[in-house]
Amino acid sequence: MMIDPLTLSIFVPLFGAILTFVFPRVATVSALLAVLGTCGAVFVLALKILAAGEVLVPLGGWAPPLGITLRADGLSVAMLAMTALVGLLVSLGALESLRDLRQRQYFWPLWLLLLTGMNGVYLSTDLFNLYVMIEVIALGAVGLTVLSGTREAVRAGLEYMYASILGALLFLMGVGFIYLQIGRLDFAGLIAAEASGATSAALALMVVGLLLKTALFPLHFWLPAAHANATAPASALLSGLVVKAALYIFLRLSTYMPLPDETLVTLIGALGAGAVLWGGVQALRTERLKLLVAWSTVVQIGLIFIAFARAGQAGLTESWKAAAVLILAHGMAKAAMFLAAGRIKDEVGHDRIADLDKSEIRPTLAQFTFAIAAISLIGLPPSLGFIGKWSLMEGAMAAGYWHWVAVTMIGTLMSVAYFSRVFAGFLRFDRMRGELSEHKGWALADVAPLTLAAAAISLGLMAAPILSFIELGYPFGAAP
Amino acid sequence: MTETPFLPLFILLTSLLASPILFALPESAARLRTGINLGVAALKVALVAWLGWKVSQGVIYDVSFTMLPGLEFKLQADPLAILFISLSAILWLITTVYSVGYLERGPHRARFFGFFSLCVAATVGIAMAGNLFTFLIFYELLTLATYPLVIHRGTAEALRAGRIYLIYTLAGGLVLLLGTLALWVLAGTTDFSPGGVLDQVVTENRLAAQMLFVVLVGAVGVKAALVPFHAWLPIAMVAPAPVSALLHAVAVVKAGAFGIMRVVYEVFGIETAQALGMTAPLAAMAAITILYGSLKAITQDDIKKRLAYSTVSQVSYITLGVALASPIAAIGALAHLIHQGLMKITMFMAAGNLAEGLGVKKVSQMDGVGRAMPGTMLAFSTAALAMIGLPPLAGFVSKWYLAQGGLDAGAGWVIALLLGSSLLNALYFLPMLHRAWFRDGKEQDGDAPAKQRIGWMLAAPPITTALMVLAVGGFANAPFSPLEWTRFVVAIEYQE
Amino acid sequence: MTPDLIYGLTGIAVFAIGLVGALCAQDRLRRVLALKLCSVGAGFLLVVGAWRTPSAAPDPVPHALVITGIVVMVSATAVALALIRRLKSLEAEDDD
Repeated sequence: MMIDPLTLSIFVPLFGAILTFVFPRVATVSALLAVLGTCGAVFVLALKILAAGEVLVPLGGWAPPLGITLRADGLSVAMLAMTALVGLLVSLGALESLRDLRQRQYFWPLWLLLLTGMNGVYLSTDLFNLYVMIEVIALGAVGLTVLSGTREAVRAGLEYMYASILGALLFLMGVGFIYLQIGRLDFAGLIAAEASGATSAALALMVVGLLLKTALFPLHFWLPAAHANATAPASALLSGLVVKAALYIFLRLSTYMPLPDETLVTLIGALGAGAVLWGGVQALRTERLKLLVAWSTVVQIGLIFIAFARAGQAGLTESWKAAAVLILAHGMAKAAMFLAAGRIKDEVGHDRIADLDKSEIRPTLAQFTFAIAAISLIGLPPSLGFIGKWSLMEGAMAAGYWHWVAVTMIGTLMSVAYFSRVFAGFLRFDRMRGELSEHKGWALADVAPLTLAAAAISLGLMAAPILSFIELGYPFGAAP
Repeated sequence: MTETPFLPLFILLTSLLASPILFALPESAARLRTGINLGVAALKVALVAWLGWKVSQGVIYDVSFTMLPGLEFKLQADPLAILFISLSAILWLITTVYSVGYLERGPHRARFFGFFSLCVAATVGIAMAGNLFTFLIFYELLTLATYPLVIHRGTAEALRAGRIYLIYTLAGGLVLLLGTLALWVLAGTTDFSPGGVLDQVVTENRLAAQMLFVVLVGAVGVKAALVPFHAWLPIAMVAPAPVSALLHAVAVVKAGAFGIMRVVYEVFGIETAQALGMTAPLAAMAAITILYGSLKAITQDDIKKRLAYSTVSQVSYITLGVALASPIAAIGALAHLIHQGLMKITMFMAAGNLAEGLGVKKVSQMDGVGRAMPGTMLAFSTAALAMIGLPPLAGFVSKWYLAQGGLDAGAGWVIALLLGSSLLNALYFLPMLHRAWFRDGKEQDGDAPAKQRIGWMLAAPPITTALMVLAVGGFANAPFSPLEWTRFVVAIEYQE
Repeated sequence: MTPDLIYGLTGIAVFAIGLVGALCAQDRLRRVLALKLCSVGAGFLLVVGAWRTPSAAPDPVPHALVITGIVVMVSATAVALALIRRLKSLEAEDDD
């Protein structure tokens, strides 16, 4: 019997996680095989989606509301594909950078557990399943955060754990209220349900929990330290992929249960604007490279929420397309940037921005990768980040929301300012003593981040097919 | 007649694909790098010549694919594009020779030539962009590719200059993004088309169209160094000489001036722009820039700074010619796009030679340099005299047409402006020539820096471009001269 | 006041007390306990919600939610406690 690719994309990484934990000797090989297998499953699934639009699989043959159904459409497969691609390249990048035996032993099971959870989120069709999956993700993510074992990392990981538990509890309360109110937990039930005060309250609980997990300003307090102190591959996974899971759930929920009031939409946009400005200021002030990159994640999350808010209730479909593109673009560019920052730190020996130009070793390939990733994050053409920003601003302008246009432009200028602090460190040469040698600090480990960064740039040229793929299966509820 | 559309794409890809190879080459592979550089540059000149020939035969090239729903990435080879890419292809070849000589033993050559190549690719893309969206893509690429060149020396001063450059140009780029979006939202297209695409918008919402004009022209005006957006240009002088030469003659300021042409002629259409009442303020801005740049140039002692302010002034001749809204002035503007490039690149390469060969960087040190470096200074002098507008040199031709155009447009003040500006040109160039040729170098302090021989790769390029300055002026009416081609372009833009 | 309202309000109050503790407490262990209190409050609410007038059996689904929640909370607490211990020993090392 052929097992369907949806089930595979959840269970292959799960079995991989178990296998790598039980047999640490063959961990690397089996982990890579599991990731590759997931990539294959996602690829097959993408072909199916191209042909059919959406795919539904009732697990074990039980139909909802009793059983669990997995569902894939264009949006979820786009998320799966991004996760698989980033995951594969980060795994390849991790081969070199995990020198410590203990790190190698725990990295693979934790990462595969994370992959299981994320794929589960993207394929789930009911709230309770989502709750379980975000808990799986949280455990994997906290584990990755503290993997380096330093005091800062453990402290940040603990803070992350608190935030995660609280977010999950809020979400669980919301889920419970929804069930008590409408008696169902599957998405179809949510769509059919009539909005009432009680469902709105439940939605609010869930949304606050999700915002805490995705680190929207001012609930971002746990993120910078956690992402900056993890090892480079872990940071890449946490920043590029993990925060997207909660964001994706928020995206789905707000399509199935529209926010009851335009003011709330604006409020969420305002929080996004706060993230863009506050994160920008912090990124300008921070002294360490990885912390700067982490603050840039706070900014980008804010931008994605502006994309959500800018269309209001009327043009939700359009706005989510912009948000989805921004999510994909950020996933690739940020993973590339964290890996590159890790490589720079490895070669130079520290990541103090002010002293980068004192080093005689300039890992030019990693620096170049950092720069192209920054191009996508700033949103310069022709990158995927540019496409996202273009869609965002186009919609905002067409709807007459000039304030969102202004915030986006200010955010762009600020991102130029804080990234150029780093470029200055790369390109200044009058503060070092020794000779500079050519092409020093190039390594095989540069290939993975460079590929990711190049993908973030060049996929912008393929934005039209990507956008039409995301819309397959009508994930935004615009089905005829 | 449409032919296989790939020729413009090839021309773009020559330098775009050369760039990663150049990045990856080790520093020590100097000969291979030079070979690639010169080979690709020569190939590009050949391809552009072929393209120009085809276009003059009436072949239309159009390469496009959809990037966003309704929005295309589009390259076209219209006569205006040919004018600009011919300039960039030829001057790129010459500047490459010069750069190889200039940076012979310098550090970071791999990086330099990689970005150099990318910069030319961006210029070619700007020239051939078939809509404002594509234009925007290459406009930003140009900023990113030139930033590492500007700060190539890696000193604190260079980085400060680079930061100012980046802030100005990226802010300009952001405003251009805003304008492009607004155009897309208002008109539903960003295509360049002679006569403009905004007629309907203008009748429906005049104010929006006017604001759009301000936003778009302001955005490209940053790169064109239009006062008050000019401050970055003199500061960017910390760049190595070949970079300055390229920035001033082909790449950045020309991209801005070219952008003004595309916006006025092909987004709005000259008649629409005039009807909106926007050409007169633009002409006034250009006039102010012309005078201001010249006045500032007089007071500069640093040779490159003086040349930079001269560029501020000279590039605005192009803007002026566009804004006068007369076909004759337009011929002057387009011809000046080429002529100014040839003249200014000559002067910057000559200035680079003075610094390299004699250590002379200031006007006050120029005494007697004519005797020390006769070839270089002859080239410099030719370009300077042409810039002042001595007939029959290149600068005279463009000024002549601009003046005629001024009369044609009923703007008599243009004559006065041009005379005044020429006088100011003379005031800041003639003292340099006087010092170079008629003062004895020994009057200065005895321990002038030792004279170094400069190789042919530094000596030949300015002389070549100086000869071209002579040629485009002297044979202005020959077939395929810039002036003749310009007439061809203007006939299209004015839809005659 | 009906009994279920009293129970419901109690649940909310317990959750709120936990929330305040989780956000305000300085001590790491206290924050873990506060989060535990939150989860007790949440579970309590759901169990109350599942209650139906006697003779009808209570709705099983919220009970399933609560049990899963308890399991998840146990493992999360274990991780948090492990991290606290680890942090404590790291800090002790640094002080030496």
